[in-house]
Amino acid sequence: MRRNLIFILMSIEIMLNGTGVAFVAAGSRWGQPDGQIMFLFILAMAAAEVSVGLALVLRLYHLHHNLDADAANEMRG
Amino acid sequence: MEVAFYIAGIVAIVSTVLTITRLNAVHALLYLIVSLLAVAVVFYAMGAPLVAALEVIIYAGAIMVLFVFVIMMLNLGKRAAIAEGQWMQGNVWVGPVLLSAVLIAEVVYLILRARLTESAGGVVDPKQVGLALYGPYLIGVELSSMLLLGALVGACHLGRPVLEKAEGRYDRNSDGARAHSGGNPIRAGARGASDAP
Amino acid sequence: MLGLLWLIPAIPFASALVLAVLRFSRRQVAFIATGATAASTVVSVFVTMAFLSAPPVSHAYTQVLWTWIDVGGFHPEIAFYLDPLSLIMTLVVAFVSFLIHLYSTEFMIDDDGYSRFFACMNLFVASMLTLLLANNLLLLYLGWEGVGLCSYLLIGFWYRDPANGAAGRKAFVVTRIGDTAMVIGLFLLFHDLGTLQIQELMQRASQAWHVGSSVATAAALLLLGGAVGKSAQLPLQTWLPDAMAGPTPVSALIHAATMVTAGVYLIARTHVLYSLAPAAQFAVALVGAATLLIAGFSALTQWDLKRVLAYSTMSQIGYMFLALGVGAWPAAIFHFMTHAFFKALLFLAAGIVINALHDEHSVFRMGGLRTRLPVAFWTFLIAGCSLAGLPLITAGAFSKDWIIWGAWSGPAGSAGLWIVALIGVLLTSLYTFRMIFLVFFGEARTEVTKRPGKPMLIPCFVLAFLSIIGGYVKTPFARFLDTVLPWTEGSHSVPITELVSEVIAALVFLIGVYLAYIFFLRKRAYAAALASSVAGSALHQFWFSDWGMDWLYDRLLVNPLMWFARMDKSDFIDGFYTGVARTNELAWRILSHTETGRLRWYAAGIAAGSVVFIAVVLFL
Repeated sequence: MRRNLIFILMSIEIMLNGTGVAFVAAGSRWGQPDGQIMFLFILAMAAAEVSVGLALVLRLYHLHHNLDADAANEMRG
Repeated sequence: MEVAFYIAGIVAIVSTVLTITRLNAVHALLYLIVSLLAVAVVFYAMGAPLVAALEVIIYAGAIMVLFVFVIMMLNLGKRAAIAEGQWMQGNVWVGPVLLSAVLIAEVVYLILRARLTESAGGVVDPKQVGLALYGPYLIGVELSSMLLLGALVGACHLGRPVLEKAEGRYDRNSDGARAHSGGNPIRAGARGASDAP
Repeated sequence: MLGLLWLIPAIPFASALVLAVLRFSRRQVAFIATGATAASTVVSVFVTMAFLSAPPVSHAYTQVLWTWIDVGGFHPEIAFYLDPLSLIMTLVVAFVSFLIHLYSTEFMIDDDGYSRFFACMNLFVASMLTLLLANNLLLLYLGWEGVGLCSYLLIGFWYRDPANGAAGRKAFVVTRIGDTAMVIGLFLLFHDLGTLQIQELMQRASQAWHVGSSVATAAALLLLGGAVGKSAQLPLQTWLPDAMAGPTPVSALIHAATMVTAGVYLIARTHVLYSLAPAAQFAVALVGAATLLIAGFSALTQWDLKRVLAYSTMSQIGYMFLALGVGAWPAAIFHFMTHAFFKALLFLAAGIVINALHDEHSVFRMGGLRTRLPVAFWTFLIAGCSLAGLPLITAGAFSKDWIIWGAWSGPAGSAGLWIVALIGVLLTSLYTFRMIFLVFFGEARTEVTKRPGKPMLIPCFVLAFLSIIGGYVKTPFARFLDTVLPWTEGSHSVPITELVSEVIAALVFLIGVYLAYIFFLRKRAYAAALASSVAGSALHQFWFSDWGMDWLYDRLLVNPLMWFARMDKSDFIDGFYTGVARTNELAWRILSHTETGRLRWYAAGIAAGSVVFIAVVLFL
């Protein structure tokens, strides 16, 4: 479990990539283009998510001046 | 072709493992880029040239570059690496390893259970993909374009004050209101900058 | 005209609803409430005139409104039954309640709960009239419960004082015991005879049961239990003295003239049953005789004016029960009528006195009001003489003499009961004139602060007048009731004639007055010396606490119950409910650990959840 926000986002990218691999493999198994199309959508979604996520990371850094995921905890107890 | 597939697969796995165990964020990013390139090779070996190219162009080329930009902008330095080292103690890994092991077991079980006949092989052309995209999957295309629009607007809005502070560092004399920032964006917030609602 | 019968209970009921739901000013409330009872009285008068001028077949008229329940063979209706008995009682109840409502419009004028008071009073009148006019025992029981409820509400009227609430609760609980006995009696009657409609019931009973059968005795005794509770006779009489915590008009209406006579009405209504069970009838007479003595002795020692009157009511109803028990049915009803007049008057006059002396209740702190409150004095005197039985000019004398004579000469009478009744006369005149001498003669101890106005005086005048002339209607009265309540005059031979009995009663009355005069006016020191001697003070304490019955019931019934309730405070049923609460709390405590606010915790939660979900999908 990494606490650095950047690492968290990177891990998400890894996960998305992994599912993409699975989809493409499945598509090539049957010889259909559907797998690749799925992967395209995943790609587009990943791009959107990364851009917004990094913007949020920048704002959080602005606020706390560190990249600790636990620092954004405003709950008491 | 088979050999390239296996080698690229091994490279991908190894570099991914290295990504998540690095202390320095930039190192981890670089390993991630390597992993993505290896996966692109895997795609090409599986007969999907279009997505292989797209993987390189978009994923490794745009998304990772975005990551690199942000990390450079944050300018973390050695202190962050040391903090990372402190965070990544031993017992942190127990939970995730356990969960992942269960997950891997499930995936392996699934693969083994499915009766694997010979694959159809064959390359799926970009042409086929294009026809499918603009045929049955048209709505998906539209929706993803709307998603990207939303992401664009969101990122623009969320990032604006930060960028302004960053710009303020470079044109000190242009605007008196921005002259007070005077330092790097990291400490600009201490001057009572108000977060845009 | 007779078809207007249903209006008699319906008008006060509607008025009670209106007063309970809507808001009015004081004048409007007074007008609505008193008007309702006045309307009821007027309708009763019309019905009476119609009944007398053209009596219906077999002197009974039934008006069915609708069928209440229709289950199996059981179909009681909302139906009203008019015969001479219910007619007389309805007339008396309606008229006296009207007078008391008029009185209360001024008496309660300063109270905050003015509207609530009149709503409850009207509801009471409606329930009582339903009780009297009911065609079947179930509807009668409805009215019975209604009057019990209103009694509770009105005793605890000034609810801010917990003692009043406790008195109300005591009244309700004690009468509830009686009511339970009555309900069991109703069950028994229905089970054996298949109907609860009164006339049907009486017919079937006389056919199905022979004289002295155990079922009839059981049913009669159970109904007696209910009557005893409601009418505050032995052994359920402990609630009536405490019920004086309510406002004086309440005491006048409910606990003197009407509700407490519901038991008498019940027994008179089902007198066929009692004729079939001589043992039960003797029990009635015994209860009446015992109560009238006990209450008489207790009344001698009370210092609270209203409590004396409460014990007096108990005693007089004992007379009525005695009359019922010896078979002198019309005598009991006649005494009910005269008692309603003079007892209500006593309470109203006592209310004037208490109000004028700024809520002073103790007779030992009153005095010399003869000249200061002349109206109260004269009306109280008239009513007191009627109560004690001043011969020839008061109504009470006529009715009481009838009962005393019937105690010996009635179908089930005996000399012993006659003597008991005479002792009762002595006691009555003793405590009555004790009251009168202590309150109105002697030197004044408390100053008069408020004088009564017209709404309070007019009812007193009317009732005083009725207390005097009410006795002269004895013969037509008996004749009128003959169709319903037969009276066999002098059914077994008695050594003396009725006239001799009356003369003896008058002599006893005079002895009582003289004794009261000696002890309480001339030489009060005697009374004080008697009371403070060893035997005297013990006796005084014993009689004061109602012959120790409160203490007895407390030890016998209340304490064990409270102990048991305290023991059973957390049994397994309670455990179930607290267990539910505690389980909830436990779950909350556990789940609150998941709300940490830490991002990585939530991510781990998602991961673990998805793993579990995949496993579930795979393997199940």
